[in-house]
Amino acid sequence: MTRTDTMTKSISSGLTRTVSPARRAQNSIMFGLVALGTVIVLIPLALILFQVVYNGLRSINLDFFIKSERDMSMITGGGGVLNAIVGTLLMVAVALVIGLVVGIATGIFLSEYREHPLVGVVRVMSDVLTGIPAIVVGLVIYGLMITTKLPGYSGLAGGVALGLIMIPIIVRATEEVLKLVPTSIREAGLALGLPRWKVTMQIVLPAASTGIITGAILGVARVSGEAAPLLFTSFGNPDLATNLLQPMAALPSAVYSLAFKALTPAQNEQAWAGALVLLTIILISNILARFFSRPRSYRAPKANTAKT
Amino acid sequence: MTPTIPTPPRRSFGMNSGSDNVFRNIIIGLSSLVLVATVLYGFVLIVGGLPAFQREGIGFLFGLNWDPGKGIYQALPFIAGTFFTAFGALLLAVPLSVAAALFISEYAPRWLAGPVGSAIELLAAIPSVVYGLWGIFVLIPAVRVFQVWFVSVTGVPWPPTGTGLMSAVLILAVMVIPFICAISRDVITLVPNDQREAAYALGATKWEVIRFGILPYARAGILGGVILGLGRAIGETLAVTMVIGNANVIASTPFSSTATMSSIIASNFGEANETLRPALIAIGFMLLVFSVIVNVIARIVITRLTPVGTR
Amino acid sequence: MKKILLAGLVLAAGAVSAQSVTSILGSGASAPFPLYTEMFNSYATLTGVKVNYASKGSGGGRADIIARNVEFAGSDAFMTDTELKSAPGAIVHVPMALVAVVPTYNIPGVTTQLKFTGQLLASIYLGDIKKWNDPAIVALNKTAKLPDLAIAPVYRSDSSGTTAIFVDFLSKVSSDWASKVSKGPQGSVKWPVGTGGPQNAGVVGLVRQTPGGIGYAEVTYAKANKLQYGLIRNATGKFVDGGDLNEIAAASDAQSLPDDTRTSITNASIGYPISGFTWILVYKDQKYGTRTKDQAKAMVALLRWMLTDGQKLNNKLDYGQIDGSALKKAQKNVESITFGGEKL
Repeated sequence: MTRTDTMTKSISSGLTRTVSPARRAQNSIMFGLVALGTVIVLIPLALILFQVVYNGLRSINLDFFIKSERDMSMITGGGGVLNAIVGTLLMVAVALVIGLVVGIATGIFLSEYREHPLVGVVRVMSDVLTGIPAIVVGLVIYGLMITTKLPGYSGLAGGVALGLIMIPIIVRATEEVLKLVPTSIREAGLALGLPRWKVTMQIVLPAASTGIITGAILGVARVSGEAAPLLFTSFGNPDLATNLLQPMAALPSAVYSLAFKALTPAQNEQAWAGALVLLTIILISNILARFFSRPRSYRAPKANTAKT
Repeated sequence: MTPTIPTPPRRSFGMNSGSDNVFRNIIIGLSSLVLVATVLYGFVLIVGGLPAFQREGIGFLFGLNWDPGKGIYQALPFIAGTFFTAFGALLLAVPLSVAAALFISEYAPRWLAGPVGSAIELLAAIPSVVYGLWGIFVLIPAVRVFQVWFVSVTGVPWPPTGTGLMSAVLILAVMVIPFICAISRDVITLVPNDQREAAYALGATKWEVIRFGILPYARAGILGGVILGLGRAIGETLAVTMVIGNANVIASTPFSSTATMSSIIASNFGEANETLRPALIAIGFMLLVFSVIVNVIARIVITRLTPVGTR
Repeated sequence: MKKILLAGLVLAAGAVSAQSVTSILGSGASAPFPLYTEMFNSYATLTGVKVNYASKGSGGGRADIIARNVEFAGSDAFMTDTELKSAPGAIVHVPMALVAVVPTYNIPGVTTQLKFTGQLLASIYLGDIKKWNDPAIVALNKTAKLPDLAIAPVYRSDSSGTTAIFVDFLSKVSSDWASKVSKGPQGSVKWPVGTGGPQNAGVVGLVRQTPGGIGYAEVTYAKANKLQYGLIRNATGKFVDGGDLNEIAAASDAQSLPDDTRTSITNASIGYPISGFTWILVYKDQKYGTRTKDQAKAMVALLRWMLTDGQKLNNKLDYGQIDGSALKKAQKNVESITFGGEKL
């Protein structure tokens, strides 16, 4: 890139004199438009970041983390979202288990059993799942787990809804990263007389682990901010609840209520604090994902590129 | 453990050990859950929504009257709301996203491109409720100021409440910009340098390089990203619900309150009775169909239209 | 974190094995939500029983109780005969408080309490009156400095008992409203104009956010948000304050209450004309699904407490108390609850 840049620069500077004024003007105008567009894009985004951090920091306090919504009162105010934070952690944990088990298995299937007749349709369906709106997932889980009372409004129902959203994210990450593991590694394992499942589980999967971890982190970041699939499934709970078969609160749902259905203006302030916590989770996840996806994962990258 | 004969192991499918078979079956069993889930989605929604489809017939799709009090459920106001907001948002978002993607990948120096690119990726991951919160307390008041000014200058008697179609379009645009921008940037970065060098060698200006060397090459990928962005905009729920005004009618002006398919589900499903619930599930089914169609088109565009250039 | 998880495991194990009931699940009306929040908080401190009540709107509560998704529902609209028939068992209504629905508004610069008639509110919500300085509003409020500001009507986007009370009043006093607006029996309305917000809190939030906004909400919400609310002209021609508990009580006393307590008290001959009861709905026979006798007992104990000690919170939070013959009927309904035909 750098080499090309310097090269092209010298070429274009060498030719500047021959470029007609009209073309040069067009060039400048387009640069101006592109720069202007970028600024227009960045303004609301910068505003959102700034306002969430600023308003969030103003209203965040210790009570916010150690008290529950039960303690919020129309008379005295106060309270916190401990119940929602714990609820989100537990439901995301359920989602992660579902996402990892089904997602990794499907990723292995798509990458390691490419000759199986179902591969094509599974890949398409997994892609389709990626694009299904979260609110629709909530409706489906309502039909499957709430109306049937299996087990009714509960953290488990919310966790399963989030898990369904997480599956395609992990499938994609697993498949992509397994494809990058050089065939030579598999061949070496098989040549040693290892059965194929051992090769997959003990050689291929570990070689791809960082990529899968990255996918899992991004999946966690995605679902921990989702409120739509929880609206009709997890019900909410003003108290700290740890039994997954009972109704459970979630942080994004709490932010939704505190922003849109606040009993008092003070709760709007707490919504900003909740948004700041969500933003922090996303930020940390992104940094972690970046850390794990640094290109140091494969021990034999050369073999990969040599494959052609 | 039975020793396998070390034939060239590229396709060693025929010689599974017993444990291999077990493993294979587990993997296939778990993978088929993806199929089961997808089929289940359609099944649950179509069964749940059937009473509404049966009662309303074709009017469910093309009728404008949504009147829970009388038990009439015609969903066109929400289908229209979804399309107005999604396409309105794309109209704003696409040129801006592509501009920002070009700036990051072609114009900006590396020290600037890196952070700006990361920031935009981060913004694509911000949850819907956070955008909604910002929409309620920052965007809506700003939109109201504009609307009051607009009404006072033009005399057009549109209700300047701030909530409504216009705010929904704006918040959706802000939300899909990072998404489309991130995809476009990836696609533009993948354009082989030969393209740039060739154009420069012909004496092209920077813009001409982009216009004739890069954009034609990246067009399919960007278009695919735009369609995926459309899918996002169609399914986006809470941020829209928080700013659109939740009126169960088609928007008669750009300032009017209205609703989308996803927002009517979000605002009404929790309290729906036995006749309203099937209608909302039926809307959910249509939302599913729309999002599947949009995503399939996006994949086709990306795989079919990408030019096979120099590799 | 480990401690919390451990404690959770212990709690979960306890819930399964032990006899004592630790939680009760309910959903529904948002109008009494501030009251119920305080009641249930006191009850939790007192007995350790934690009531989880989701304020999702009266319609949501009724749907949830019919589907047996919750143990009790709250509703500001009583169940219609059709709804009662669609439920898998007999349901009893227990009135818990009197609510007053007030028109609350946000007009910058206006500090006097505005006066409204039902006809005027109907015209505003029909979209016939569009500005705050409309002659019809000025005629009732000669002293107020009403600005040339667009009126932004705000209503409930969910199926709401508060809406049911409000539009019930409008259709009683405005033939225009009754003929033009389709009104469902239970607060599902096809609004001609305006913006929708979720629950009482959502309406009040939108009004607070919108200069020129007007909405209708339980008076406690308006007060807690420091929003102004208007006086309403009642049948005697007097302009009445919905925050005056005596006027709400007067409205309820003016009507005779049937034994099942299902009645509307809007536009009563005296008192505040947009008032109503808010009920807790439970199954008369508590033996269904996986319910245990202990759960049924806990449910009844909660209702008994809410009708006695709990009522002391009503006036503190600007809700009308249930007393006199209404209280007797409410308590009789609670005592009629059984478990497998057995008295509790």
